[in-house]
Amino acid sequence: MKSYLAVKAILTLAWRNLWRNHRRTLIMLAAITVGVWAMIFMTALMRGMVDDMLVNGIRDLPGEVQIHHPLYRDDPSINNSISMPSKKLLDILQSPEIKAWTARVRVPGVISSERDSRGVTLLGVDPETEVQVSFDKDSIIEGRFLKDSNDTGIVIGARMAERLETRLGKRVVIMSQDPNNNIADRGFRIVGIYKAKMASLEELYVYAAKKTVQKLLNMDNKISEIAITGENYRHVENWYARVKKTVGKKSETLAWYEADVYLGSMLKMMDGFVLVWVIVIFIALSFGLVNTLVMAVFERVREIGLMQALGMRPGMIMYQILMESFLLLVIGLMLGNVLAVISIVPLQDGIDVSGVAEGMEMMGTSSVLYPALELNDMVLANIIVIVLGFLASVLPALRAARYDPVEALGKN
Amino acid sequence: MNITLRMAWRNLWRHKRRTWLTVGAMIFSNLLLVFMISLQFGSYRMMIDNTLQSYIGHMQIQREGYNDNPKIRNSINAIIPLANDVRKKINSNRVAARGVAFAMASSEQRSFGLQIVGVEPEFEVNVSSLPGLINKGKYFSHINAKEIIIGSILARNLRVSVGDELTLLGGGRDGSFAAGVVFVTGIFDSGIASVDRSMAQLPMGYFQSLFGMGSHGHSIVVNAKDLTRVSVLQNKLTDIIKNNNKLVVLNWEILQPGLKQAIQADMASAWFMYAVLIVLVAFSVLNTQLMSVLERTREFGTMMALGAKPSRLGRLVITETFMMSTIGLLVGAALGYVLTYYLTIVGFSYPGMEEMAARFNLPDRMYPSISLLSIFLGPGIVFVFSLLASLYPALRLFFLQPVSAMKAV
Repeated sequence: MKSYLAVKAILTLAWRNLWRNHRRTLIMLAAITVGVWAMIFMTALMRGMVDDMLVNGIRDLPGEVQIHHPLYRDDPSINNSISMPSKKLLDILQSPEIKAWTARVRVPGVISSERDSRGVTLLGVDPETEVQVSFDKDSIIEGRFLKDSNDTGIVIGARMAERLETRLGKRVVIMSQDPNNNIADRGFRIVGIYKAKMASLEELYVYAAKKTVQKLLNMDNKISEIAITGENYRHVENWYARVKKTVGKKSETLAWYEADVYLGSMLKMMDGFVLVWVIVIFIALSFGLVNTLVMAVFERVREIGLMQALGMRPGMIMYQILMESFLLLVIGLMLGNVLAVISIVPLQDGIDVSGVAEGMEMMGTSSVLYPALELNDMVLANIIVIVLGFLASVLPALRAARYDPVEALGKN
Repeated sequence: MNITLRMAWRNLWRHKRRTWLTVGAMIFSNLLLVFMISLQFGSYRMMIDNTLQSYIGHMQIQREGYNDNPKIRNSINAIIPLANDVRKKINSNRVAARGVAFAMASSEQRSFGLQIVGVEPEFEVNVSSLPGLINKGKYFSHINAKEIIIGSILARNLRVSVGDELTLLGGGRDGSFAAGVVFVTGIFDSGIASVDRSMAQLPMGYFQSLFGMGSHGHSIVVNAKDLTRVSVLQNKLTDIIKNNNKLVVLNWEILQPGLKQAIQADMASAWFMYAVLIVLVAFSVLNTQLMSVLERTREFGTMMALGAKPSRLGRLVITETFMMSTIGLLVGAALGYVLTYYLTIVGFSYPGMEEMAARFNLPDRMYPSISLLSIFLGPGIVFVFSLLASLYPALRLFFLQPVSAMKAV
């Protein structure tokens, strides 16, 4: 009961003291608010960018987990093919953690229209599973995606169609190498044209049906890769280990963060960035915070002396100053958080950065930025500000508590 | 010493701790800004240099429309004489003609569809770093040699080494079927996977005959001495080709828009961060100066009663800020310089940077680039905003009534 009263008294004192100099308090609050807003806002933007980078990257990798011939990634040739999943692997691929998987033929080739030819990556896909793992059906702007694994059509990117001066319904010739290094070629009718989130991909990938490609390249039922997707790319470890174990050493099984170390490092780097950013902002704030407290103590030296003379313990005085700092921080944090949420919510539909689309592509993100407000980041920012803010206030608070009452009373 | 200066200086040290805390905020921000901006400048420069020097170059003369639509038929006639002409007119050897075509390259065991670039062996060395990166074999013997140089990964994937044959199959400019056999004469290792995986070069003369180009080519690469001289040289080139309205001069910003935009995007996010730091410092200054004005209300009242004009008192407050900001500027810039200079020697790295660096053609360690601009840009802005922040406290003095001010507690 007694301690409750003490806390209440300190709280009241601190609160009233804060507003004795409302200008100073308001300026400091504004600074904390801006700081906290910047911490959270910037973090959400960067998170959004990295998320997008990862989602795009993983989709293109392909898949959260991928299985290849051990040599394939360095030498993506038809000779480095693998067999379809074994019975045992199929069992695992049916498990609930795994959302979808698909098998592809993925070999380099040349596409030619009557006007021009280009180097491309030819994908022989199973359309039904491909759309679950990687290909976005909505990206088809003309025609249709492949119907089934025996479809004899081809789907190419919009930019590629432009380059080849061809269009829907026309024929193109695909040339590639079969396992005996004979050049195999075949005409395909363009049945669909897609527009990718990242325009450079439109010139890279052409989609044909798996069985058609296998027949063209004399590769029986061999494939280049198996791509597997789970529910969440952040949590692949559980099922990844099982897949890897079943596949064994004959093929290479990689999770996305191993397959592309740049992407893999992004998550960690992002966490590092958030921490550094929050701390830097905090330090910039802390000068003002300490300054405010030092001033508050300085103005009240006589008052503090008087309170001590009347029997208030130094500890109480310290608590009082700390409470002031705490109140400042808490109000500032609340305002900052609210402001951050208010400013991020209207941006949820995405920020159009297509002015620098090709630059974003270099970084691996698309031209619409979706801020990602994560609870973890908000909590981290708040905790850092409160804890470090408290620590920064200890010194001025201690100084206040150490005044000699007689001397303090005599100060002018 | 002027009386205002002396008063301002003394006023500052009436509250040593407060002054130092305010100056400390400036120094902290300035130090950080100098470091960040220098690092930014350094990494942009390296990113640009490393990306451009392997292939694209600073500028290219192309046929209008080729850049958006790089078709084999969008070519420049009599390209080698034109390149010679340009070399003479700008008095520089950093000019080289090129041609580009697609072909299927087959070794005994493997085939890949490739972009094949025809180059002038004599001059390509002046505009691209690739010839110097040949670590097996040698560069072309002459412009008509049936020789090819390829990247190291490509060589591994094609299972070929120096002296082996490659068969090239493709479409010529005239729609003919292009087929030829070339010898691998050199293999380069640039360390940039995408280049080493996909780049193949032929000497221009043979390239032209193989792909039915006649005397045509696709681009003339022109490099300036350094990036800062690009625009001057670009104007010169535009002047040289102005008689041929089918030609254009494109600089790297257009040839490689991604590079410029990646830098812009990075700049935007960096400046957001800087702006926040600067605003926080401004708040700090505002707070300090407002306090210092408020606590001197009586003093100012007395001074006004004695005949000091508000403008003079305002000047005093601004002078105080000016002094603080100057200390912040000088100390911050100096410390920033020392830190950054140290890092230009030992380099700078953080976890995850290596992967990032590889993506943007940067070395594993970053070296900031120090210049007057990179040192003083950030601190200069902090300085200006600090002064602006003190305007409000200074202007308040104009509303001070001497009598009531002298009575203030």
